[in-house]
Amino acid sequence: MVATSPAAPAPPGVPAPSPGPVRVAQTWLHRTVWARLAALLALPLTWLVLIYLVPLALLFVTALWSTDSFTGLVVRELTFENYRDIFTEPAFLLTVLRTVVVAATVTVLCALIALPMGFFMSRVASPRWRPLLLALVLTPLWAAYLVKVYAWRTILSPSGPAADVLGWFGLSAPGYGLGAVVLVLTYLWLPYMVLPVHTALSAMPESLVDAAADLGARPWRTFRDVMLPVIWPALVAGSIFTFSLSLGDYITVQLVGGTRQMLGNVVYQNFSVNLPFAAAMATLPVVVMVGYLLAVRRTGALENL
Amino acid sequence: MSRTRLLRMAALGSSVVLLAAACGGSDSGGTDETGAAGGDTPLGGEPYAGPVGDATGTLNVLAWPGYAEDGSTDPAVDWVTPFEEETGCEVNVKVFATSNEAVQLFQTGQYDVVSASGDASLRLVYGELVQPVDTDLVPNYADIFPELKDQPWNTVEGVNYGVPHGRGANLLLYTAAEYPEAPTSWADMWEADSPLVGKVSPYDDAIYIADAAVYLMATQPDLGIENPYSLDQEQFDAAIALLEQQKPLVSEYWGDVVKQGQGLANGTTLQSQGWQLTANLANAEGDVVGTTKPEEGATGWSDTWMIKKDTEVVDCAYKWLDHVVSPEVNAQIAEWFGEAPANQESCALTQNEDHCELFHAEETEYWDDVYYWTTPTEQCLDGRTDTTCVAYDEWVQAWSTLRSG
Amino acid sequence: MTLTRPVKWLFGAFMTLGLAFIYVPLAVVVLNSFNASTTFAWPPTQLTLRWWQAAFANEGVRTALWTSVQLAALATLVALVLGTLAAMALTRYDFFGRDVVSLLFVLPIALPGIVTGIALNNVFTSYLGGLTFATLVIGHATFCIVVVINNAAARLRRTAPSLEEASMDLGATRARTFRLVTLPALRSALFAGGLLAFGLSFDEIIVTTFTAGPGVQTLPLWIFQNLFRPNQAPIVNAVAAFLVLVSIVPIYLANRLSGGAALAAQR
Repeated sequence: MVATSPAAPAPPGVPAPSPGPVRVAQTWLHRTVWARLAALLALPLTWLVLIYLVPLALLFVTALWSTDSFTGLVVRELTFENYRDIFTEPAFLLTVLRTVVVAATVTVLCALIALPMGFFMSRVASPRWRPLLLALVLTPLWAAYLVKVYAWRTILSPSGPAADVLGWFGLSAPGYGLGAVVLVLTYLWLPYMVLPVHTALSAMPESLVDAAADLGARPWRTFRDVMLPVIWPALVAGSIFTFSLSLGDYITVQLVGGTRQMLGNVVYQNFSVNLPFAAAMATLPVVVMVGYLLAVRRTGALENL
Repeated sequence: MSRTRLLRMAALGSSVVLLAAACGGSDSGGTDETGAAGGDTPLGGEPYAGPVGDATGTLNVLAWPGYAEDGSTDPAVDWVTPFEEETGCEVNVKVFATSNEAVQLFQTGQYDVVSASGDASLRLVYGELVQPVDTDLVPNYADIFPELKDQPWNTVEGVNYGVPHGRGANLLLYTAAEYPEAPTSWADMWEADSPLVGKVSPYDDAIYIADAAVYLMATQPDLGIENPYSLDQEQFDAAIALLEQQKPLVSEYWGDVVKQGQGLANGTTLQSQGWQLTANLANAEGDVVGTTKPEEGATGWSDTWMIKKDTEVVDCAYKWLDHVVSPEVNAQIAEWFGEAPANQESCALTQNEDHCELFHAEETEYWDDVYYWTTPTEQCLDGRTDTTCVAYDEWVQAWSTLRSG
Repeated sequence: MTLTRPVKWLFGAFMTLGLAFIYVPLAVVVLNSFNASTTFAWPPTQLTLRWWQAAFANEGVRTALWTSVQLAALATLVALVLGTLAAMALTRYDFFGRDVVSLLFVLPIALPGIVTGIALNNVFTSYLGGLTFATLVIGHATFCIVVVINNAAARLRRTAPSLEEASMDLGATRARTFRLVTLPALRSALFAGGLLAFGLSFDEIIVTTFTAGPGVQTLPLWIFQNLFRPNQAPIVNAVAAFLVLVSIVPIYLANRLSGGAALAAQR
């Protein structure tokens, strides 16, 4: 790119007008790539660093402090006792494991349900219905989280509709517990998985699929070799949401988890009494998620969020 | 990973460590002051000199559910609006579910007064979050039951930190349909051979360990527990063991009265430990939940209204304290929540004439086996000097461990 | 690809089941908003309209709703500005550390809310004086940014830079180019991103619990506090049912508008 000044040719004999200061600045800016980049990134990056990364770093530092048992105030001396407490106590390790397993289960279930639904919504349903179907699937996002969980609490209660329906088949209701937590979390995060899948599938041109058919592929082969590579990043993108939202959830667990606890509950319980311990516990899902993000970067999922 | 990535991570890591070291070095944490050591200034500064003048401003109140009703639960139940009209102070009420939540919220410094139970009050005092209260500036203080005044949870080194609110016991709640006659013991909530597997609902807070201790006082007297908040390591471990034993009996640990009431009403829970408030709310549609204090005794609470240190609306704060313990308002609160009032004059003003009798407000013997919520400290509260007791942060850690397993 | 009829029906059946799964609990919510019992006793023995009446009359709800709308709008606005800037930087420039920066922007939404919440709470209360409406907006804007970035970046990647270059060749300044060339192309992506950000902020409860000041009550906070109060809890159901019903229409329209354009672009 070489344009620097208006292209109007100077009349013969008259020197071209010298560019004004604004033009000079713009020219310089245009030539200096790093300056343009800095101008663009300055605001968002500063915001991110100051408002998010610094507090996060501070949280990590707080995890290395401790609490005075008498006053409850934070003692700012480096110590690893919080991590030691977590890693030497089987109950806590079990909780972390339980949380990760629940999050993974929820993710898989969401993917299994979202895939056929997304496929139907973007390719099988007639185009007339597609916007409506999408709207129907996304609408629950607007029903408040708490209300949905309370509704499930009613449904799953021992004297609720689930128990009634299962009773017709002679089965007893499982009641509250980890199963209920997995069910409700899957329910809550399903739209987050359907949306990227739907977007990815509907952005895929029909011509690609036709070409595969022309080349002789049966539907399953088309799906496996043509569509799956497109859907995969979308599934991974959705999984970032479902995994992370499940890792840190404590409200659903309190309401339908019965006596079970997950990582988020431990953090919440200790937050007011022993902030350093809560911080230490909170760093664990951070490590897990950052690891997960680094691992999925290459799938291109991060652009599909 | 690339060398530049490595370098970046190293830079980040070392800056974190430097930050930690810098913060660690410059601050001693301010943790080694106690009121006695320093001199005359009590913890939290000097109390307000008074007099309590015309008040204006916004008073942020942090209260147990049912303590500061402003008409939003039931339009007829409102003692906040009259206060606002009388004084000109605007009131915002925030409700919490456990003492832990109360302390956490109060630590943000956004609230001016708080109704703190004994397991929160001392933490607020020693954390220097509240100021001493000059009870002479609270005219209605004079009529408060003497046995609520100058107690270990509201008075430190002879300095008062608040005004007593009322008192109650943590009762045994039960599904009325299942128990035509009230149970007489806590046994079905604790014993391994209890028929109530998966039907019991304990309070979801570390202070519940004291309830285990109360039961042990009756069933294992050789442990020598005198005060359920004053437990040496052996006694504490026994309490935790009892709680582990209770786990198969638990349907869920309750943290809010709606959950609890729901459970008792629909039969998920047959017995629970909690407040009269839950029963009152559940029984709005008929007698479904009963309450009783079993023979082993119970934990209880006597709350204290405390004022934030350096609050800007100290006049409003003092007026609120006076308002809440005034005979009429204290009677209203006592009836709504279901507790014994703090003000002796309130007994004559309750709508239900038998209220004070029902809640044993004037019966000193009833409270002999009620152990008010107190913050456990390393220094044994029962006066033992030959051993140290388990402090509150370890209670919380143990509770967290218990709940995580 | 051509799918056989039975397969199509199978998909259709699955979709119906899926929709049923999604809407049964919402139906319970709606039903409960007419339930005369205050402890959500099931099955509802008496139906009543009084919760709906109470909900409309309730001042707390209206204030909370308005607060939520303001919060979401402000957070979305900040996110739109910052997100567009960041998206342009990330797509139009190739620089050292671009991947890392991209990852960093994802963190606020990828890390569990409770972590964000306590980190922000710790800083705001210990070092910056306290929690207010502003701290809440800041918290929300931070996790809304990435939603805008992704939508904007996706669109920018599909839009050839040559259009912008042509515009500048013709003498337009960068600012003018942005206004007349880039922005129109981005518009629907920003709209979609903004809508999603608005929705995220509107329903957010965990970060909000940790970053809202005492007088500030968003709708989720109002719901949280009132689900504790037996006489208020059914009103909450009425409010939730109302929100759901009210939101179907704009979502459908929005999707019609942006989806139509997207579909057209594929052919």
